Amino acid sequence: MQTLRRTPLHDRHVALGARLVPFAGWEMPVQYEGVIQEHRAVRTDAGVFDVSHMGEIEVEGPTARDLLQAVLSNDVDRLEPGGAQYTLLTNDDGGIVDDLIVYRLDEHRYLVVANASNSDAVRDWLKERELRGSDVRDVSDDYALLAVQGPRALARLELEPAQAFTWSMGQVDGVEVMINRTGYTGEEGVELACMSDDAGRLWDSILARGVTPCGLGARDTLRLEVCYPLHGNDIGPQWDAISSGLAWACALDTEFTGVERLRAIKEQGPEQKLVPFVMTEKAIPRQHMTIANGGEVTSGSMSPMLDVGIGMAYVPAANAKAGAELVVDVRGRPKKAQVVKKPIYKKEPSE
Amino acid sequence: VTASESYPDDLLYHPEHDWARIEGDEAVLGVTWFAQDALGELVHYEPPAVGATISKDASYGEVESVKAVSDLISPLSGEVLEVNQQVVDAPETVNEDPYGDGWLIRVRMTSPEEREQLLSLDAYKQVLADA
Repeated sequence: MQTLRRTPLHDRHVALGARLVPFAGWEMPVQYEGVIQEHRAVRTDAGVFDVSHMGEIEVEGPTARDLLQAVLSNDVDRLEPGGAQYTLLTNDDGGIVDDLIVYRLDEHRYLVVANASNSDAVRDWLKERELRGSDVRDVSDDYALLAVQGPRALARLELEPAQAFTWSMGQVDGVEVMINRTGYTGEEGVELACMSDDAGRLWDSILARGVTPCGLGARDTLRLEVCYPLHGNDIGPQWDAISSGLAWACALDTEFTGVERLRAIKEQGPEQKLVPFVMTEKAIPRQHMTIANGGEVTSGSMSPMLDVGIGMAYVPAANAKAGAELVVDVRGRPKKAQVVKKPIYKKEPSE
Repeated sequence: VTASESYPDDLLYHPEHDWARIEGDEAVLGVTWFAQDALGELVHYEPPAVGATISKDASYGEVESVKAVSDLISPLSGEVLEVNQQVVDAPETVNEDPYGDGWLIRVRMTSPEEREQLLSLDAYKQVLADA
């Protein structure tokens, strides 16, 4: 058996009594006190997630832009220094090798943040396509990444609000951090990158500020409520980016791997679509459950905020409109669900 | 509020972390503290129908947490007399009180001698120690 990798915060997770599980080759906290409690902390106050298992790859050099533009779906030229962009690494069929956030560090330097399970593949993919004048380096071990998310996240950290998908350098209680205005929960917040050696100090500071430690369990239910796809569940190399509902992250007027296929699918309309749904009968949908009137569930859970079963599924395009009825096979029991608009959970507007 | 770990000595146990409280020719069934702790906060209880026949060592229903689904294994064979509606409506009751308000079903035993195969508290504690 392969030894599981540990983040710099492993000892702290153990000390907090976290339930640790294998995830993408890492031993990660799935929960501390409980998924539902942690989920609600993020929706009502602030939670912190150790996401140091995610991969960081630096691409540097005068042709770094050319390399990224040739392999990524979004338009790298729309990215200014100080900016961040959601983008896809696509294969020849327009399938999704990984979904990424690219940060432009300076004129000729970019930081690519990849999913833990795909980090090596993304690095190798970029490395194999390195151009003269571009250098690809895996810097995953150098950095720890802590996501602090929730309506009170900025107040707890005494950070000023800033535009989403930007980053700046700053400090949290004396620890130098890259403050990224990104996240995976649908809440306001930041993702803080720091040197691995500083991770413990940063984590302790964040907890001392009253932020709730949260595991990957809550991270999954939070992202599902707001319909952020999870690579390996809802998106992957076998589904093209258009069917996956990610056309908005594909600059089809630029040239990148698989773009011709994606243009064709866009033109003809996809045969199936990834849709969010809510159970209208009491049941919890789960990944890989089949849908009697066509399709398959890719993610499913109980929504801690709505207290109903929710999920995402690929369904035939004809059945993908909001309001369409789905019948999910819940271990032999047919249970009704309804396609809804994104996001499944929407915050009440605050006064 | 999640209950603290306990295993009453007036119950009979099944190695799949289920308990039975024998009351004459009837039995009340539930899951142990260990089972609810392993699952986490329960969010769904799929009970059998009243009148259904259940068999020892076979699944009679399901409980689900946010992350996991678990079959309920019956410690005894019987006919379902009653389902705990409180747990259907509020599955977290099992986490709060696994041996009291968190009971799952009441059955009329069809093979009462099966109780001889169930575990005493000490034997179940040995199962937990070996887990």
